[in-house]
Amino acid sequence: MWKWLHPYAKTENAYALCNTLLPWFWAGTCVFLSVGVVWGLVFAPQDYQQFESVRIIYIHVPSAILSMGAYVAMAVAALVGIVWQWRTAFMTMIAIAPVGAVVTFVALFTGAAWGKPMWGTWWIWDARLTSELILLFLYIGVIALYGVFDDKQQAGKAAGVMALVGVVNVPIIHYSVVWWNTLHQGASISKVDKPDVADPMLWPLLICLAGFAFFIAAVSTVRLKSEIVRREMHRPWVQKLVSNDGVSSDAI
Amino acid sequence: MQFDSFSEFLHMGGYAFYVWLAYGVTFVALVGIVTQSVLEHRNLLKSIVKEQARQERIKKSKTKSKQTLIDVSE
Repeated sequence: MWKWLHPYAKTENAYALCNTLLPWFWAGTCVFLSVGVVWGLVFAPQDYQQFESVRIIYIHVPSAILSMGAYVAMAVAALVGIVWQWRTAFMTMIAIAPVGAVVTFVALFTGAAWGKPMWGTWWIWDARLTSELILLFLYIGVIALYGVFDDKQQAGKAAGVMALVGVVNVPIIHYSVVWWNTLHQGASISKVDKPDVADPMLWPLLICLAGFAFFIAAVSTVRLKSEIVRREMHRPWVQKLVSNDGVSSDAI
Repeated sequence: MQFDSFSEFLHMGGYAFYVWLAYGVTFVALVGIVTQSVLEHRNLLKSIVKEQARQERIKKSKTKSKQTLIDVSE
Protein backbone atom coordinates (compact mmCIF):
# COMPACT_ATOMS: atom_id res chain seq x y z
CA MET A 1 0.00 0.00 0.00
CA TRP A 2 2.82 2.41 0.81
CA LYS A 3 4.37 1.89 -2.57
CA TRP A 4 1.05 2.78 -4.13
CA LEU A 5 0.38 5.75 -1.89
CA HIS A 6 3.81 7.30 -1.82
CA PRO A 7 3.94 8.99 -5.26
CA TYR A 8 0.99 11.17 -4.24
CA ALA A 9 3.10 12.94 -1.66
CA LYS A 10 4.47 14.70 -4.72
CA THR A 11 2.20 17.59 -5.63
CA GLU A 12 2.35 17.03 -9.38
CA ASN A 13 1.08 13.46 -9.04
CA ALA A 14 -1.57 14.49 -6.53
CA TYR A 15 -2.80 17.14 -8.95
CA ALA A 16 -3.04 14.59 -11.77
CA LEU A 17 -4.96 12.23 -9.47
CA CYS A 18 -7.38 15.07 -8.63
CA ASN A 19 -8.03 15.62 -12.32
CA THR A 20 -8.68 11.90 -12.88
CA LEU A 21 -11.10 11.57 -9.96
CA LEU A 22 -12.96 14.86 -10.26
CA PRO A 23 -15.32 14.02 -13.18
CA TRP A 24 -16.40 10.84 -11.36
CA PHE A 25 -17.06 12.76 -8.16
CA TRP A 26 -19.20 15.31 -10.02
CA ALA A 27 -21.06 12.57 -11.88
CA GLY A 28 -21.77 10.76 -8.60
CA THR A 29 -22.95 14.00 -7.01
CA CYS A 30 -25.40 14.79 -9.83
CA VAL A 31 -26.81 11.28 -10.14
CA PHE A 32 -27.18 10.38 -6.46
CA LEU A 33 -28.31 13.78 -5.21
CA SER A 34 -30.94 14.30 -7.91
CA VAL A 35 -32.30 10.75 -7.65
CA GLY A 36 -32.24 10.83 -3.83
CA VAL A 37 -33.87 14.24 -3.47
CA VAL A 38 -36.62 13.58 -6.03
CA TRP A 39 -37.31 10.18 -4.48
CA GLY A 40 -37.37 11.69 -1.01
CA LEU A 41 -39.55 14.67 -1.91
CA VAL A 42 -42.04 13.06 -4.26
CA PHE A 43 -42.11 9.27 -3.98
CA ALA A 44 -41.18 8.43 -0.40
CA PRO A 45 -44.17 7.97 1.94
CA GLN A 46 -45.01 10.48 4.64
CA ASP A 47 -44.36 9.66 8.27
CA TYR A 48 -47.34 8.52 10.37
CA GLN A 49 -46.45 11.01 13.13
CA GLN A 50 -44.57 13.76 11.38
CA PHE A 51 -46.47 13.73 8.06
CA GLU A 52 -44.76 15.65 5.27
CA SER A 53 -42.24 17.43 7.50
CA VAL A 54 -40.31 14.16 7.60
CA ARG A 55 -39.00 14.95 4.11
CA ILE A 56 -36.37 17.18 5.68
CA ILE A 57 -34.71 13.93 6.82
CA TYR A 58 -33.28 13.38 3.32
CA ILE A 59 -30.95 16.34 3.68
CA HIS A 60 -30.66 16.54 7.46
CA VAL A 61 -29.39 13.04 8.24
CA PRO A 62 -26.86 12.80 5.35
CA SER A 63 -25.42 16.23 6.13
CA ALA A 64 -25.24 15.45 9.85
CA ILE A 65 -23.54 12.07 9.38
CA LEU A 66 -21.12 13.44 6.81
CA SER A 67 -20.28 16.56 8.82
CA MET A 68 -18.66 14.05 11.18
CA GLY A 69 -17.34 11.92 8.32
CA ALA A 70 -15.65 14.91 6.71
CA TYR A 71 -14.18 15.86 10.07
CA VAL A 72 -12.67 12.39 10.51
CA ALA A 73 -11.29 12.54 6.95
CA MET A 74 -9.77 15.94 7.71
CA ALA A 75 -8.25 14.65 10.94
CA VAL A 76 -6.77 11.60 9.18
CA ALA A 77 -5.18 13.95 6.63
CA ALA A 78 -3.82 16.05 9.53
CA LEU A 79 -2.38 12.93 11.20
CA VAL A 80 -0.67 11.82 7.98
CA GLY A 81 0.71 15.33 7.56
CA ILE A 82 2.08 15.49 11.08
CA VAL A 83 3.52 11.96 11.22
CA TRP A 84 5.01 11.69 7.71
CA GLN A 85 5.47 15.42 7.04
CA TRP A 86 3.50 15.24 3.84
CA ARG A 87 2.74 18.67 2.43
CA THR A 88 -0.08 17.28 0.29
CA ALA A 89 -1.74 15.86 3.42
CA PHE A 90 -1.98 19.32 5.01
CA MET A 91 -3.28 20.68 1.71
CA THR A 92 -5.98 17.99 1.76
CA MET A 93 -6.83 18.90 5.35
CA ILE A 94 -7.37 22.56 4.57
CA ALA A 95 -9.25 21.70 1.36
CA ILE A 96 -11.82 19.65 3.32
CA ALA A 97 -12.31 22.13 6.19
CA PRO A 98 -14.54 24.78 4.49
CA VAL A 99 -16.65 22.08 2.82
CA GLY A 100 -17.11 20.33 6.16
CA ALA A 101 -18.08 23.64 7.74
CA VAL A 102 -20.77 24.23 5.11
CA VAL A 103 -22.14 20.71 5.52
CA THR A 104 -22.23 21.19 9.32
CA PHE A 105 -24.12 24.44 8.81
CA VAL A 106 -26.60 22.61 6.57
CA ALA A 107 -27.09 19.93 9.25
CA LEU A 108 -27.73 22.58 11.92
CA PHE A 109 -30.03 24.66 9.75
CA THR A 110 -32.15 21.81 8.43
CA GLY A 111 -32.33 20.53 12.01
CA ALA A 112 -33.67 23.89 13.14
CA ALA A 113 -36.23 24.02 10.33
CA TRP A 114 -37.34 20.53 11.33
CA GLY A 115 -37.26 21.23 15.04
CA LYS A 116 -39.60 24.21 14.84
CA PRO A 117 -42.69 22.29 13.61
CA MET A 118 -41.89 19.07 15.52
CA TRP A 119 -40.49 20.28 18.85
CA GLY A 120 -41.88 23.81 18.79
CA THR A 121 -38.46 25.43 18.87
CA TRP A 122 -35.76 26.36 16.37
CA TRP A 123 -32.97 25.80 18.84
CA ILE A 124 -32.38 24.26 22.23
CA TRP A 125 -29.11 23.84 24.13
CA ASP A 126 -29.34 20.08 24.30
CA ALA A 127 -26.33 17.79 24.02
CA ARG A 128 -26.72 16.76 20.38
CA LEU A 129 -27.31 20.26 19.04
CA THR A 130 -24.61 21.89 21.17
CA SER A 131 -21.94 19.33 20.28
CA GLU A 132 -22.78 19.70 16.58
CA LEU A 133 -22.43 23.48 16.96
CA ILE A 134 -19.00 22.90 18.53
CA LEU A 135 -18.10 20.85 15.45
CA LEU A 136 -18.85 23.93 13.31
CA PHE A 137 -16.60 26.03 15.56
CA LEU A 138 -13.83 23.41 15.28
CA TYR A 139 -13.97 23.63 11.49
CA ILE A 140 -13.86 27.43 11.66
CA GLY A 141 -10.99 27.21 14.17
CA VAL A 142 -8.95 24.99 11.83
CA ILE A 143 -9.54 27.37 8.90
CA ALA A 144 -8.71 30.44 10.99
CA LEU A 145 -5.57 28.92 12.54
CA TYR A 146 -4.32 27.91 9.11
CA GLY A 147 -4.80 31.47 7.91
CA VAL A 148 -2.76 32.96 10.75
CA PHE A 149 0.64 31.62 9.64
CA ASP A 150 2.47 32.86 6.56
CA ASP A 151 4.56 29.69 6.43
CA LYS A 152 1.94 27.22 5.25
CA GLN A 153 3.81 24.10 6.40
CA GLN A 154 3.84 25.61 9.89
CA ALA A 155 0.19 26.55 9.47
CA GLY A 156 -0.64 22.97 8.49
CA LYS A 157 1.02 21.61 11.62
CA ALA A 158 -0.76 24.02 13.96
CA ALA A 159 -4.18 23.57 12.35
CA GLY A 160 -3.52 19.81 12.15
CA VAL A 161 -2.97 19.56 15.90
CA MET A 162 -6.19 21.45 16.46
CA ALA A 163 -8.06 19.14 14.05
CA LEU A 164 -6.70 16.08 15.90
CA VAL A 165 -7.65 17.38 19.32
CA GLY A 166 -11.13 18.13 18.00
CA VAL A 167 -11.68 14.49 17.05
CA VAL A 168 -12.78 13.92 20.65
CA ASN A 169 -15.97 15.77 19.75
CA VAL A 170 -17.02 13.23 17.12
CA PRO A 171 -17.90 10.34 19.48
CA ILE A 172 -19.45 12.91 21.83
CA ILE A 173 -21.83 13.96 19.05
CA HIS A 174 -22.60 10.35 18.16
CA TYR A 175 -23.28 9.17 21.72
CA SER A 176 -24.81 12.43 22.97
CA VAL A 177 -28.30 11.01 22.44
CA VAL A 178 -27.38 7.95 24.53
CA TRP A 179 -25.43 9.59 27.34
CA TRP A 180 -27.78 12.46 28.01
CA ASN A 181 -31.50 13.01 27.91
CA THR A 182 -31.88 14.95 24.73
CA LEU A 183 -34.81 16.33 22.82
CA HIS A 184 -33.11 14.90 19.75
CA GLN A 185 -34.10 11.35 18.94
CA GLY A 186 -31.68 8.44 19.14
CA ALA A 187 -29.70 6.91 16.29
CA SER A 188 -31.86 5.17 13.71
CA ILE A 189 -29.31 4.38 10.99
CA SER A 190 -25.73 4.58 12.25
CA LYS A 191 -25.85 1.59 14.56
CA VAL A 192 -24.89 -2.05 14.53
CA ASP A 193 -28.43 -3.45 14.33
CA LYS A 194 -30.74 -3.21 11.39
CA PRO A 195 -31.77 0.43 10.86
CA ASP A 196 -35.06 1.61 12.39
CA VAL A 197 -36.12 3.35 9.21
CA ALA A 198 -38.56 1.52 6.95
CA ASP A 199 -37.26 0.49 3.53
CA PRO A 200 -39.24 2.98 1.38
CA MET A 201 -37.62 5.78 3.39
CA LEU A 202 -34.27 4.12 3.93
CA TRP A 203 -33.41 3.78 0.24
CA PRO A 204 -33.73 7.45 -0.75
CA LEU A 205 -31.94 8.32 2.48
CA LEU A 206 -28.95 6.11 1.64
CA ILE A 207 -28.87 7.48 -1.91
CA CYS A 208 -28.82 11.04 -0.57
CA LEU A 209 -26.04 10.01 1.81
CA ALA A 210 -23.98 8.80 -1.16
CA GLY A 211 -24.82 12.02 -3.02
CA PHE A 212 -23.59 14.20 -0.16
CA ALA A 213 -20.43 12.07 0.12
CA PHE A 214 -19.68 12.57 -3.58
CA PHE A 215 -20.43 16.27 -3.21
CA ILE A 216 -17.96 16.69 -0.36
CA ALA A 217 -15.34 14.73 -2.30
CA ALA A 218 -15.86 16.81 -5.46
CA VAL A 219 -15.70 20.24 -3.84
CA SER A 220 -12.77 19.22 -1.63
CA THR A 221 -10.91 18.05 -4.74
CA VAL A 222 -11.46 21.39 -6.49
CA ARG A 223 -10.18 23.17 -3.38
CA LEU A 224 -7.21 20.80 -3.12
CA LYS A 225 -6.27 21.67 -6.70
CA SER A 226 -6.36 25.37 -5.80
CA GLU A 227 -4.27 24.81 -2.70
CA ILE A 228 -1.66 22.83 -4.65
CA VAL A 229 -1.40 25.52 -7.33
CA ARG A 230 -1.21 28.30 -4.75
CA ARG A 231 1.64 26.60 -2.89
CA GLU A 232 3.54 25.45 -5.98
CA MET A 233 2.97 28.55 -8.10
CA HIS A 234 6.59 28.93 -9.16
CA ARG A 235 7.27 25.30 -9.96
CA PRO A 236 7.88 24.59 -13.64
CA TRP A 237 5.02 22.07 -13.87
CA VAL A 238 2.46 24.62 -12.68
CA GLN A 239 3.82 27.25 -15.04
CA LYS A 240 3.57 24.79 -17.89
CA LEU A 241 0.09 23.65 -16.86
CA VAL A 242 -1.21 27.22 -16.89
CA SER A 243 0.30 28.14 -20.25
CA ASN A 244 -0.77 24.88 -21.93
CA ASP A 245 -4.14 24.20 -20.47
CA GLY A 246 -5.78 27.56 -20.59
CA VAL A 247 -7.72 28.75 -17.59
CA SER A 248 -11.37 28.03 -18.20
CA SER A 249 -11.30 24.24 -18.56
CA ASP A 250 -9.23 23.39 -15.51
CA ALA A 251 -11.50 24.58 -12.71
CA ILE A 252 -14.28 22.00 -12.90
CA MET B 1 -46.13 9.32 -6.26
CA GLN B 2 -47.35 10.67 -2.91
CA PHE B 3 -49.07 13.79 -4.17
CA ASP B 4 -52.17 14.13 -6.37
CA SER B 5 -51.32 17.53 -7.80
CA PHE B 6 -48.41 19.92 -8.08
CA SER B 7 -50.02 22.47 -5.75
CA GLU B 8 -50.42 19.73 -3.17
CA PHE B 9 -46.75 18.94 -3.58
CA LEU B 10 -45.85 22.58 -2.97
CA HIS B 11 -48.17 22.68 0.03
CA MET B 12 -46.34 19.73 1.73
CA GLY B 13 -49.33 18.90 3.91
CA GLY B 14 -49.07 22.27 5.67
CA TYR B 15 -45.34 22.04 6.32
CA ALA B 16 -44.43 23.93 3.13
CA PHE B 17 -42.57 26.74 4.90
CA TYR B 18 -40.27 24.45 6.91
CA VAL B 19 -39.62 21.88 4.18
CA TRP B 20 -38.89 24.45 1.46
CA LEU B 21 -36.88 26.60 3.87
CA ALA B 22 -34.66 23.62 4.69
CA TYR B 23 -34.25 22.56 1.07
CA GLY B 24 -33.81 26.15 -0.15
CA VAL B 25 -31.09 27.09 2.32
CA THR B 26 -29.31 23.76 1.71
CA PHE B 27 -29.37 24.41 -2.04
CA VAL B 28 -28.02 27.95 -1.63
CA ALA B 29 -25.27 26.79 0.75
CA LEU B 30 -24.11 23.95 -1.52
CA VAL B 31 -24.21 26.05 -4.69
CA GLY B 32 -22.41 28.80 -2.79
CA ILE B 33 -19.43 26.68 -1.76
CA VAL B 34 -19.16 25.19 -5.27
CA THR B 35 -19.20 28.64 -6.90
CA GLN B 36 -16.68 30.04 -4.45
CA SER B 37 -14.31 27.08 -4.94
CA VAL B 38 -14.49 27.11 -8.74
CA LEU B 39 -14.12 30.90 -9.01
CA GLU B 40 -11.19 30.86 -6.60
CA HIS B 41 -9.39 28.27 -8.71
CA ARG B 42 -10.12 30.17 -11.91
CA ASN B 43 -8.88 33.49 -10.51
CA LEU B 44 -5.76 31.83 -9.17
CA LEU B 45 -4.87 30.42 -12.59
CA LYS B 46 -5.69 33.76 -14.23
CA SER B 47 -3.35 35.59 -11.84
CA ILE B 48 -0.54 33.17 -12.73
CA VAL B 49 -1.11 33.75 -16.45
CA LYS B 50 -0.98 37.51 -15.78
CA GLU B 51 2.24 37.17 -13.81
CA GLN B 52 3.78 35.11 -16.64
CA ALA B 53 2.86 37.83 -19.15
CA ARG B 54 4.36 40.47 -16.85
CA GLN B 55 7.62 38.59 -16.53
CA GLU B 56 7.70 38.23 -20.29
CA ARG B 57 7.23 41.99 -20.75
CA ILE B 58 9.96 42.80 -18.23
CA LYS B 59 12.34 40.47 -20.02
CA LYS B 60 11.54 42.05 -23.38
CA SER B 61 11.92 45.65 -22.20
CA LYS B 62 15.22 44.76 -20.55
CA THR B 63 16.72 43.40 -23.76
CA LYS B 64 15.26 46.37 -25.61
CA SER B 65 16.81 48.96 -23.29
CA LYS B 66 20.13 47.13 -23.56
CA GLN B 67 19.79 47.43 -27.31
CA THR B 68 19.17 51.20 -27.17
CA LEU B 69 22.13 51.66 -24.82
CA ILE B 70 24.35 49.96 -27.36
CA ASP B 71 22.85 52.12 -30.13
CA VAL B 72 23.52 55.34 -28.20
CA SER B 73 27.10 54.40 -27.37
CA GLU B 74 27.78 53.75 -30.99
